[in-house]
Order: sequence, then C-alpha cells, then structure tokens
Amino acid sequence: MRDSPPVAVRLVFLARLREAFASPGETLQLPASAPSTVAGVLDALRARGGAFAAELAPGRAVRVAVNHELAKPDDAVRDNDEVALFPPVTGG
Amino acid sequence: MEVRIQEADFDVGAEIAALRKGDARVGAVAVFVGTVRDVNEGDGVAAMTLEHYPGMTEKALQAIVDEAKRRFDVYAMRVVHRVGELAPSDQIVLVAVTSAHRGQAFDACRFVMDYLKTRAPFWKKERTAQGTRWVEARASDDAAAERWER
Repeated sequence: MRDSPPVAVRLVFLARLREAFASPGETLQLPASAPSTVAGVLDALRARGGAFAAELAPGRAVRVAVNHELAKPDDAVRDNDEVALFPPVTGG
Repeated sequence: MEVRIQEADFDVGAEIAALRKGDARVGAVAVFVGTVRDVNEGDGVAAMTLEHYPGMTEKALQAIVDEAKRRFDVYAMRVVHRVGELAPSDQIVLVAVTSAHRGQAFDACRFVMDYLKTRAPFWKKERTAQGTRWVEARASDDAAAERWER
C-alpha cells in the first residue's frame, strides 16, 4: 500500500509517436509501485511492450513536456497533469 | 502579437512595416525567413506537413522571444510560424527583430531561430517518391542552440 493518493496523467502523443502508438493520447493510471515522475510514466508505458517498448527504448530520443513545459526524467508528475511525449522537434 | 501560428502564408513586407511602425528609434531590422526546400537527405520533396502541439507551441515561442529580449538590446520582435500543408518554396517561418543597430538585431534573430529549432514543438513530415517520412532532428541544430549557452 502506498500512502500517496493515486496519480493519473493525461498523456498526449505527437508526431511519429502518435502514429506508432496509433493514438493521440489516453489517461494513464500510474501503478502504485511507480514513482510519480516522468521516468515513472515512461517505465509504465515501456512495460506494455510492443510499439511502446520499441519507441521508448533507452537510447531513443524522446522528449517529454509536463503541462507544456519541457521536462526531465526526474521531474515530478501530479494527478491530472498533461504529459506529452514527442520526438525531437523539427520546425523552423 | 509577438508570436503567431497559422496555416495562412505571411507577407514579409507587411510584417516588417507593422513591426517598425511609429518607432523612429529603429536603425536596424533583421529578418529570417525559412522556406521549404525541394530536396532533403538526397530525395526530392513533393510536399510537407507541419504539425505542432497546440497550447505548448505558443508558450514555447513566447518564452524564446522573452529570453531574447532579456539578452539583447532590441525594440520589437515577431515570430510567425506556419502549420499544415506546404509545398516546395513556400514560406515556413518568419523571425523579425528591430533594434538601434545591426549587431543586436542579427544576434537576436539568430538566437530565436536556434532556440526555435530545438525547443518549439513543431514536426515536419515530408512526402517523397518513396512515400511519407518524418524529418529527423539534426545534431547541428542542438549544437547551434548550445552555442548560446556558453
């Protein structure tokens, strides 16, 4: 049992990741065992295997934004945060 | 508006005129316009689609403009970035800066483009004879942005 309340984040998948996951996003309930961090979110997705494991494999360049701000693996996520996953940007 | 994201094309002359209007302190206007090339990675590009992350894109661009205003002695700045379907030779992005002198205007313009290339959530997908593909980020873009960190 964990003491903290459950954390669910609103995932947004963009560009190549949206196509690879065949989804624009979803709500993810973090497992009770997972840390409430960006890394915890990525680990939970990787554990699904398939395209998630392949696209989010260590060494693949994936960027994460929490509530529209670029985030690092150790950054915290809170309940109802918008967590976007996307490849390195290529605008301009 | 300092930052705009739009499907429509933009008129560079009109944007510069609006930026300079009524400000006689201006002695320099630096402008960068990015356009769609018809060749990338050795393949002919027939069309390009630009996707972005609504909500974050505007904030990211405004943060870059705000940072440029802190770093450089400039009067006014404007960034216009297109999204949607584009064809070779189409305009993609405009960065315009006014300042008293050229040095600060050039530097601020380059700074905004270097940061935009690595921090603003846009993605290009191009159509070639082989099909469609997402454009890969370039290490040289990261290096260009890091230059400003030193």
